[in-house]
Amino acid sequence: MAREERRRNEERNRKGVKAVPATMAGGGNNEEELSPDDEHIISASEEEDGSDDESKHAKLLEAISSLGKRKRMKRTERSEASVQVSEFSVNADGTGEKVNLSDLLGTMDKTPGAPNKTKQQLKNLQNRKETLELPLSKQQTEKIQREVAYDKSSKEVSRWETVITQNQKAEQLVFPLRQDPTGPKRMEQVVAGWKAKTPLEKEIFSLLHSNNQPIHDPLLTPAEEASIKAMSLEEAKIRQAEFRKARVLQSYYEAKARRERKIKSKKYHKLQKKAKVKAFLKQFDEMMKTDPAGALEELKKMELSRMQERMSLKHQNSGKWAKSKAIMAKYDDAARKAMQEQLEMNKQLTQKLVVPSDDDDDEERNVEEADALPDFVNDPEPILDSVNPWMRGKLTQEHSEPEVTAVATETAVETKDEGQNGQREDEEEEENEEEKLLREFERKRKLRQDEDDDLVPVPQEEKQVIPVDVAEAEEVAGENVIQISDDEDKEEEEEEVVVSEFNSLFNRLMKSSSVPPVPEQTGAEEAELLDEGLVRVRTMDDLEALQQDVVMDTTQPAPASATPAPSMETTSEPPKKKKKKKGIDPNEVLTKEAKVIKMPLAPTVVEEEEEEVHAEQTAIIKEAFAGDDVISDFLKDKRKQEKAGQAEVVDLTLPGWGEWGGVGLKPSKRKRRKFRLKAPAPPLRKDQNLPDVIISEKRNSSVANHQVSQLPFPFQNSTQFESCVRFPVGQTWNTQTTFRKLTAPKVVTKMGAIIEPMSKEDLPPVKESSGAGSGATIVLGEKVEEETKKARRRNPLQKKKKKSRQ
Amino acid sequence: MRILSLRALITSRGMKVKVLCRNPDDYVRETTRDIQRVPRNYDPTIHPFEVSREYTRALNATKLERIFAKPFVASLDGHRDGINCLAKHAKTLSVVLSGACDGEVKIWNLSKRECMRTIQAHEGFVRGICSRFCGSSFFTVGDDKTVKQWNMEPPGRGLQEEPLNTILGKAVYTGIDHHQTEGTFATCGQTVDIWDEQRSSPIRSFSWGVDSFSCVRYNPVETELLASCASDRSIILYDMRESAPLKKIIMQLRSNTLCWNPMEAYNFTCSNEDYNLYTYDMRRLDVPVTVHMDHVSAVLDVDYSPTGKEFVSASFDKTIRIFPKNSGHSREVYHTKRMQHVICVKWSADNKYILSGSDEMNIRLWKANASEKLGLLTPREKAALNYNQKLRDKFQHHPQVRRIARHRHLPRDLFKQKRELREMKEARRRKAQNVRKHSKPGSVPLVTEKEKHVVSVVE
Repeated sequence: MAREERRRNEERNRKGVKAVPATMAGGGNNEEELSPDDEHIISASEEEDGSDDESKHAKLLEAISSLGKRKRMKRTERSEASVQVSEFSVNADGTGEKVNLSDLLGTMDKTPGAPNKTKQQLKNLQNRKETLELPLSKQQTEKIQREVAYDKSSKEVSRWETVITQNQKAEQLVFPLRQDPTGPKRMEQVVAGWKAKTPLEKEIFSLLHSNNQPIHDPLLTPAEEASIKAMSLEEAKIRQAEFRKARVLQSYYEAKARRERKIKSKKYHKLQKKAKVKAFLKQFDEMMKTDPAGALEELKKMELSRMQERMSLKHQNSGKWAKSKAIMAKYDDAARKAMQEQLEMNKQLTQKLVVPSDDDDDEERNVEEADALPDFVNDPEPILDSVNPWMRGKLTQEHSEPEVTAVATETAVETKDEGQNGQREDEEEEENEEEKLLREFERKRKLRQDEDDDLVPVPQEEKQVIPVDVAEAEEVAGENVIQISDDEDKEEEEEEVVVSEFNSLFNRLMKSSSVPPVPEQTGAEEAELLDEGLVRVRTMDDLEALQQDVVMDTTQPAPASATPAPSMETTSEPPKKKKKKKGIDPNEVLTKEAKVIKMPLAPTVVEEEEEEVHAEQTAIIKEAFAGDDVISDFLKDKRKQEKAGQAEVVDLTLPGWGEWGGVGLKPSKRKRRKFRLKAPAPPLRKDQNLPDVIISEKRNSSVANHQVSQLPFPFQNSTQFESCVRFPVGQTWNTQTTFRKLTAPKVVTKMGAIIEPMSKEDLPPVKESSGAGSGATIVLGEKVEEETKKARRRNPLQKKKKKSRQ
Repeated sequence: MRILSLRALITSRGMKVKVLCRNPDDYVRETTRDIQRVPRNYDPTIHPFEVSREYTRALNATKLERIFAKPFVASLDGHRDGINCLAKHAKTLSVVLSGACDGEVKIWNLSKRECMRTIQAHEGFVRGICSRFCGSSFFTVGDDKTVKQWNMEPPGRGLQEEPLNTILGKAVYTGIDHHQTEGTFATCGQTVDIWDEQRSSPIRSFSWGVDSFSCVRYNPVETELLASCASDRSIILYDMRESAPLKKIIMQLRSNTLCWNPMEAYNFTCSNEDYNLYTYDMRRLDVPVTVHMDHVSAVLDVDYSPTGKEFVSASFDKTIRIFPKNSGHSREVYHTKRMQHVICVKWSADNKYILSGSDEMNIRLWKANASEKLGLLTPREKAALNYNQKLRDKFQHHPQVRRIARHRHLPRDLFKQKRELREMKEARRRKAQNVRKHSKPGSVPLVTEKEKHVVSVVE
């Protein structure tokens, strides 16, 4: 009985728990009706269990068994219920029957909506009798599918090739690739990152949201935002830098213009005028070619102005300046000279014009000149009238010319710091770039403004060339040049001469058309020039003429400066003379050749004393090395080494073999000749023809350990490798910035930053369309994230380049 | 002596002496806290010995580098069985997950070097473990044919460790990897399955005539691509969007694992049973790009550095080796007396550390650059290190520098094995040479090392 009961209970449990899904398939109500019945039955049976009513017991059993049976049946039916009974209480009639194509096609004719064309096509199909081709086997179709897919994906992957090769070539890679832009974040980004935490905040936010209040003000205008989106951060930075530069330049220019307007310096205005004149001249030259009629008119204008000049009293040394100079001229050389110059100018300006048709005369004059100064006739540049700045073809020479004169007039050589020298040069170089930019700017502005003036602004050559000259000068003649240029400045300051531009221009034009007349005065000056310290004239750009100068001036010895002179004669000759004088040749004494140090050094000893100093020096050296016989020692040593290197004769003769042997018997000559082996002669010594050098050709094993024996892989020849090694990297030999650049590590990582793998944002932007909007409802945060991503998007290499530039 | 006598002479005669005059502003410091001003003349003509001086510095730098090469940082112990798999947290550098052979998963804090959590995740091995791309949860697969998703956060006090999701599969899963940006992951076992996190059945499953796979990995760059290693010595490529696999290479021996280069979309490296690693370009599978040799036993795991410049490999020979991605030999070998067969290895996401899990229940933390100084560096230190590195690079071909830089200590048996292998290889080469010499010209073609290992490419 107990077992019975347990079973019953089990049954009940099972029904209660597991029968639910089964009955669900059939219909919900059934179950509910059924379960109270069961309950009732069971409870009844339990009550009547006490009385042994057989029939009732049997009934119960029946009921139980039937109950289990039914349930099992239901379980099996579960999966197929939907076939017979539809969800929509519609019985499917022909379940299990197949639908043929013809059945469907049959209805086609009846439907009015179907187009005639398709009907026709179907008919044609039905009438066709050909057999269809067998479809490809499964393996083959799969293979084709795979091939297509593989091609597609490998093509997709190949998009990365450019980026990857760039990264491989990059000097430096900075990881993580997409770093957050530095600097303050935009308001929206900050807002997006922030979340309401406290209940109060949440409440406020919910209120804001419910009222559709804007959470943030758009800080950027839509246009700005669009532009930021359009360009990468890098570009934006560059653009911004450009704007800034332009603004600065503009303000600078404006300030400069204001300043210029206020400048009282006559020198400055004079310079300006010069520039104008030069520009005009250029223009005039062009005009001659393009528009002869216009040029003629200009010429006439100039003539007129010249006439005016002649009538007036300019350059007569009658001005205020001239008077003051006249007082000073007694004591001051420079003042005297300035006055002289002005007078000269006057002379030239008031001179009667030479008629250009006098060709024969010119030729004659040429010949005369050749007689007088044979060296200068062939010169392409007429330096003869050097004093007159208006006679020069280029403005650069105009600057350099006064230097010469300054040198000429200068008698005492002053010494100044070298440091100042270098500094000046640096400054000038720095300024140069800036000025160039400004000048360009200026030119553009002027072109716009002064259209009526027809004046082309200052050409660039003028100032560009100056520093170069200075540099050259410095290289060759040490620091004197700077001093000279200083003088030049002074002189120019003093010169108050105001020449009307057209006047001088005209003069010059006339001269350029005719052969330049040579006033005796200038010739005299030239001679004077040569007399006084011509060596320094090397600063000038015209090298040939300078060499000739040097040759002419043989009487003066070359200064003993450490710098190697450009001309060979000057440097090579004096030492030879010295050699003859000296008892001990320093070249022989010092076995190692001293390195010539190319450095701009100031001559620290006054040149006049040079000769006697030399003599004294040699005497001292003689005295100091009196006991040493270095040379003979050296020669001995060398001879010894030569001997050691020579091939030795090996004597292999043995007494007794083939002859009589014994005490006092020598092997025969024939035998000795036969068995004495001579080693082949060694290759010629490298120092064979160098009497004062010993070159050891032995391989030094201790050094060989440290030498590279084979050419390493990436190099193609030994010179490549050697040049790579020869170039030092250290701080000792490089400036700080170069050092930093040279030692920049190849991979830079940020501490504590996760390096994400490359993502599609790093691809060069070819497919921009893929990043289109992600639906209508975009939350603020997402949107901002997208924006930041876009802002961050940039080519990793660009950044690298920038890094390397730093 | 001579100079002295000269000087005496000069002074006795009352000669004119040239004296240099300097402005003290150029060399005197304003305060003692300033750096000493060192006037330098960079003119190369007055520095005749620059190369030899730099060479000496390079030599010293190399020596110092070797002296400071102490790569071992820490050992994390706590597992009660060999470690079978490791995973990095996707968003945190200091968190590492490890799965052991007894089904235990531990979450470690690297900065504290302690275990934060222990989960009995599976019965039997934990075969694979991976973190979700956002780092909020992680997945494990085990020998009990289940895939389980776990929360990265520990459960509240008094609550039991319960997986977020459990998927019961039909066969054992041997590996798992998660997609880089989406909520899908891939498992491998008898087939390679792609799962959506929201579904309990795979959205796609690939099989191509093999019975079991050992490893599946997503491409981190082209995120829809996958590759798997199968036990029939093949490596198979898949595209998640396609219904069929892409291509298959069959090699001479089985590959154990593979890893995609995180910076180069089409390159991957597989660790092979034949002691080598092979880097392939997925567009040209018939020949590997590089064969990386140096291990003396089967290579069990490989992982790329996040910069994609190097990779680390773990081997059955109880060593870890670091290879530059395009070099045939390793630049570094790590081993300790106690480390047994290394089963799994990972390179940390900041490119600084390497983690290795080995048979003897320990996870070891190594420096990726053995001689690197940890922690913050002053700018001067940094400059000096950079300079030393540059010098080492510059003079790397010089025999002494190379000798010092390349020298590594190996345990005796490893060393012997290596020598043995070398001899075997040499013998094989000699034999091939002889065969070629004694047969008809052209009948025995020269097969390069790269070509030897690929049996076929199946489309």
